Amino acid sequence: MKYALYTGCAAKGACPELYQSTMHVTKRLGIEVVEMLNAACCGAGVITEADPDLALAINARTFAQAEALGLNIMTICGTCQGVMGMANYRLKTEEGLLDRINALLAPEGVKYNGRVEVKHLLWIIVGDIGIDALQRYVTRPLENLRIAPFYGCYILRPSKVLGFDDPENPVSLEKLISALSAHPVDYEGRTKCCGFPLVLEKEPIAIGMVGANLKEAKDELADALVTPCPLCHMNLDIYQERAEKKIGEKLALPILHLPQLIGLAMGFTPKELGLSRHLVSTKKVVEKIQLKV
Amino acid sequence: MRVTLHIQKFNPEIDSKPYEEPYRLDIGRGTTVLEALMRLKNETDGTLTFRYACRSAICGSCAMEINGTEKLACMTQIRPELERHGEVRVGPLKNLPLIKDLVVAMQPFWEKIQSIRPWLDPLPHEQVDPIAMRNAYKAFNNVEACIMCGACVAACTVYEVSKSFIGPAALAKAYRFVADPREAAVPERLQRLQGDGGIWDCTRCNYCVEVCPKDVKPMEAITLLRRASIQSGLTQTLGSRHITSFVDIIRHEGRLNEGLMPMKVIGFRIKDFLRILPLGIKMFLKGKVPFPFRLKPAIPGIKEVRALFKARDEQRKGPM
Repeated sequence: MKYALYTGCAAKGACPELYQSTMHVTKRLGIEVVEMLNAACCGAGVITEADPDLALAINARTFAQAEALGLNIMTICGTCQGVMGMANYRLKTEEGLLDRINALLAPEGVKYNGRVEVKHLLWIIVGDIGIDALQRYVTRPLENLRIAPFYGCYILRPSKVLGFDDPENPVSLEKLISALSAHPVDYEGRTKCCGFPLVLEKEPIAIGMVGANLKEAKDELADALVTPCPLCHMNLDIYQERAEKKIGEKLALPILHLPQLIGLAMGFTPKELGLSRHLVSTKKVVEKIQLKV
Repeated sequence: MRVTLHIQKFNPEIDSKPYEEPYRLDIGRGTTVLEALMRLKNETDGTLTFRYACRSAICGSCAMEINGTEKLACMTQIRPELERHGEVRVGPLKNLPLIKDLVVAMQPFWEKIQSIRPWLDPLPHEQVDPIAMRNAYKAFNNVEACIMCGACVAACTVYEVSKSFIGPAALAKAYRFVADPREAAVPERLQRLQGDGGIWDCTRCNYCVEVCPKDVKPMEAITLLRRASIQSGLTQTLGSRHITSFVDIIRHEGRLNEGLMPMKVIGFRIKDFLRILPLGIKMFLKGKVPFPFRLKPAIPGIKEVRALFKARDEQRKGPM
């Protein structure tokens, strides 16, 4: 199994621990990755607000790079997945669009033929590798942990374009959590928005969302929360303290990246997974599983 | 087929809070939730309260929460719901005040619609561009299909925490007038949407697009309003600066520079700068802030990316 790895900006910027843990976990799972060092930002749904054709062209350039490698793309960010998935869907289905975008790429000698698939690491593990196979890699079952899944918006909606999980009742994270012997926590906020896109300009709304979602998870006795999107991670982790002040309640809920949780079950050390790089301490989680080690 | 519907009940004169009541009934292959509710009301529980009128997805009265998602009861068949969720739970729309059982007060919804002035300020007939008129229907991007059922407002993750948000339905309607070639007051309309509660409050979660029974795509309408705002020179809100700063960084570096981005968006707004500074320091101490002014920040193929930006500048005639 070989993929062109599209890390996205966050894993190379504010969330280096996501990159670090992805590398460990994919290697252990036998997924060979070629990192797309020359790929540009997907646009995160922001560039398209200013100029949709520009956003499509930037992504078509990335797809063309993977096409040249003869590989499909693996994303590790829910937002990248949503934005690139949407771009790819439009380029493949809208009449005349691929030609129009290729005309923009032509002067630089780049052409996309519409033959690349974009898949999130979560989908590759649950859909292609399979939950049963994943279980064989578990050396440190996370039996004591109650984990709240937090999907984030772009890996679920619009479902017409993404189509992996049912947006009304997604199950892939729950399946994965169970496969690692942890207990998935059911709460309404699991499919809602973390508020990240608003955090610079409308902080009160953004931390309102953080507070509401995390409180629900906490009320269901979650020990930690796991998310396949580093932007959700940033908002839920970095702004958690301010959300606590807003709702007047201590949350102290560690937020884990998807490969960090898998990595813990595979026996990687907290240091290898970059668990000390979070603002909300992950000590509780580490202590709880090391009781078993 | 005999099934159980779990329906939320609430009578404000008797109950202190809503509760769920199981109702058993026989259904056929295509029985809808609305048909089941009507039968239950006629045959089992005359007190069961819900709104409906047309029974064919035109009036928008019977929007409710079915298995956690906002849907029209008349459009939702019970069997596929059972197959998808293993159960059928029916409740009122969220985010709007509960009156009784499945009925919510729509007053806050109508107030938002009114607030965007849902009528045309017409240009004199001779000033209307006839060619633009020919394409007007397409320009509305399907927002005129809205039946004002309130599903999007009930699903809106921003409205849930911030009731001052104008919300998806009303903003979609606002877009319809901005896109209308006969409208005289487009700049004023855009100006009114810049403040708190306006277009920059949307978090782009896509819920409204997902639940809309008429494919109105309110979030797309909000995106179009944002684009129209920037193009008309309304570029000083933090929301619009978010977009222009982001585009600018990608143009120069190819990737997002997370150290630079907040500074560019905030600029010289001291209060906002002081607001984000403490978190910036905490992130820096955890190694989460890349140095904003690196010597070689750009991706190797930045020339290609810049060429793309330039090609689009020329097509659009002028930079963003």
